[in-house]
Amino acid sequence: MSLLEINGLSIRYADIDVVSGLSFAVDTSESVGLVGESGSGKTQTALAILGLLPRTATVSGSITLDGQEIVGADDGAMNALRAERVGIVFQDPMQALNPYIPIGDQLRRILIQHGIANGSDADQRVMHMLHRVGLPDPARQFRAYAHQLSGGMRQRAMIASALVASPDLLIADEPTTALDVTVQAQILDLLERIRDDTALLLITHDLAIVAGHCERMLVLQDGKLIEEGKTRKLFSAPVAAHTRAMIEAAPRVDTAASPQPVGGEPLLDIDNVSVSFQERGRQLQLHAVQDIDLELRAGETVAVVGESVSGKSTLARSVVGLISMRTGRVVFCGKDIEGPVQSRAIETRRDLQLVFQDPAGSLDPQMRVERIVAEPLAVHAPDLDAEARKARVVSMLERVGLSDEFMPRFPHELSGGQAQRIAIARALIVNPKVLVCDEAVAALDGSVRRQILALLRKEQQQTGLAIIFISHDLAVVRSISHRVLVVYLGRLVELADCEHMFIQPRHPYTRALLDAVPVPDPLAPGGRLSVKGEVPSILEPPSGCAFHPRCGFVHARCKTELPRPRTVGGTRVACHRAEEI
Amino acid sequence: MSTLAKAVAHMRSSKTVMMSGGTLCAIALVALIGPWVSPNDYMTTDFDRLLHSPTFNSMSLFGTDDLGRDLFVRTMLGVQVTLVVAIVASVVSLVIGVLYGATAGYVGGRVDAVMMRFVDTLYAMPFIFFVILLLVVFEQNFLLIFVAIGAVNWLDMARIVRGQTLSLREREFVDAARLIGVSTPRIIIRHIAPNLLGVVIVYVTLTIPQAILIESFLSFLGLGIQEPQTSLGNLVSGGVLQIENASWMLLIPATLLAVILLCFNFLGDGMRDVFDARRSR
Repeated sequence: MSLLEINGLSIRYADIDVVSGLSFAVDTSESVGLVGESGSGKTQTALAILGLLPRTATVSGSITLDGQEIVGADDGAMNALRAERVGIVFQDPMQALNPYIPIGDQLRRILIQHGIANGSDADQRVMHMLHRVGLPDPARQFRAYAHQLSGGMRQRAMIASALVASPDLLIADEPTTALDVTVQAQILDLLERIRDDTALLLITHDLAIVAGHCERMLVLQDGKLIEEGKTRKLFSAPVAAHTRAMIEAAPRVDTAASPQPVGGEPLLDIDNVSVSFQERGRQLQLHAVQDIDLELRAGETVAVVGESVSGKSTLARSVVGLISMRTGRVVFCGKDIEGPVQSRAIETRRDLQLVFQDPAGSLDPQMRVERIVAEPLAVHAPDLDAEARKARVVSMLERVGLSDEFMPRFPHELSGGQAQRIAIARALIVNPKVLVCDEAVAALDGSVRRQILALLRKEQQQTGLAIIFISHDLAVVRSISHRVLVVYLGRLVELADCEHMFIQPRHPYTRALLDAVPVPDPLAPGGRLSVKGEVPSILEPPSGCAFHPRCGFVHARCKTELPRPRTVGGTRVACHRAEEI
Repeated sequence: MSTLAKAVAHMRSSKTVMMSGGTLCAIALVALIGPWVSPNDYMTTDFDRLLHSPTFNSMSLFGTDDLGRDLFVRTMLGVQVTLVVAIVASVVSLVIGVLYGATAGYVGGRVDAVMMRFVDTLYAMPFIFFVILLLVVFEQNFLLIFVAIGAVNWLDMARIVRGQTLSLREREFVDAARLIGVSTPRIIIRHIAPNLLGVVIVYVTLTIPQAILIESFLSFLGLGIQEPQTSLGNLVSGGVLQIENASWMLLIPATLLAVILLCFNFLGDGMRDVFDARRSR
């Protein structure tokens, strides 16, 4: 008998099946990946195993944990089961941890509630657990509140709380999706090391994570199990078409071919740009972006890459004019542009467009697709009559791969991919020269992401569009960009031709980033743990080189002297020891 | 389907909205036609028929009051006046409140601070004192009631609209509009205002009963509508004096007032559901 057995599980809301006829088993101390795109029913399955589905859900079938039936079990029985038999790690630990109770207390309560330990014995066990998950100074973290920890530390605390009662099964639901890639590698490594005999059910949309961390995998599509098997076998010979498509669509940081660099005069010249904010009521200055230089040529894609608080979005927003606190120059088509977007010349506003991360949020919910896409024309081509405007909208929709059936729809009637196409159509209808994509594919599923990237490439080839591609995802960056700018805490770290950078990174941080990215290939899974710690607070950046506390190549000089960008082997790099790397 | 047509379709499917809306329409219709059909009028006194109880005789359905005036006609007139005062006052507060709140919220910064402190100052004024002041300074007239009620209600509306605008302003579709090159007034009209619509409509249906209550309260105190004109508040206050010998004088207008208030409250709740459902769909 397996530890967890699911037989014919179906979950319905009103008249919609979110999971139908799902059957699988997880054995003791096994690690299983549950993979699917959004809406495939992964999280619903996890909640069903924990008995946490809302009352509006109709559940049928059977889930047994060590022979005990979960479907239909009452709250008392489930409470005894949770934590003791099955633990959970959610995507967002900030929401899963109680903000008003110190971390240590939350863990201790689990032990006391389940009668596992009491008093100082419980304290001891909690402390030991906090130490095992790698929280530095457990005695202090014991009394810390969730908001006092960094994202990665919070997720470690969450893992500690899931494992403190030594459950038989650990469910991790997208445990690293909200984390930076270097931290992701640390957390996944921790999960692997710490679970001992606990079985792991890892739920994720990211095939690369499964490739490196699960022995077996299950693929879900529209609430149905379409394929299951050993991870290695499934990657090398997938049977279901959907699995094959998912594997092919997963971008690879290690092999994808980058486009060749393009020449020509710079279209957009970002020269020594800094952006800082005054903290309200405080003397502290927040330097979000410092001394960034970047040139962009027609027909070129430059990726700006970095983890959280790297200032990449701030840079993009200050270039397009949504943020106006800026020093330095930005020259666009031979003209200086500055100030907020409202004060800029109408041609500049036409030629410089932005696509946002959240496609639904960037479309006015009260407007139809036709009006959304036509709105720029009302501003930039006001003498167009209604007929001609409509024709332009129809042809624009065709360019982004949508038919005119979409014109009367509202944004909430679109899928994520369709909405992002509409957002791109709105940006491109006035034929801009530069398009800034701020994490434009980050919220999309793998296959949709690939289509959107292909769309951007096609537009670039046909119109010579220049693209600034802001992203945290190096695998995506490799497949689309000509050059890459890596930023860390607002400063340039490395700027190089894309192919060159991926083969020969010159900065330890770039190298760490590349190592940390998992690869969807069980034989070369990537995701190596090569850098310690997390991105420090931007309010109190480290002295000298901002990366030095995390750097494996650190020198005495790095702690005091800020490395200036210089050219080493065709790469702009800001590191004292670039030659040695 | 247009946005409005869709909202209407959703309202049709909501029982609360249909029932309360229907009742209100029926009351308004009777109030409009009743006095016109009835052989009696609202200000003729008949000293032979003082405090007659309700009867079908000569269409005196609600009886007569202590001056021998026909109560049916007077009650219907009262409903008319009450509804008109409430709706007009709410529209006044809506227009002022939305423009004021949206401007304060969208422009932000110092302008916002000054505008909202002005609202706070008005909030701090005792309302009755404020109305009496108005009544002393100006001639007592119909218009004054609107002003008095509107002057109180728009404060709430302005606060709510400002709050909504503040969060709308940060939304990416507003940034997107700015990037495209849409001008500020156009953003307020085409992007901010339509997205405020849901909240505002709901809030208006909830302020109408508030306005009715204020009007009744003022009339009850003798500060509102003046004889021989009347309103539900006036009728109730007249009825209270005759509660022992002519209970219908109190019961009929009080019941009508209660029904109207309930209907508007239900309508407001129903509308909120309609707009919520539309959003989540």
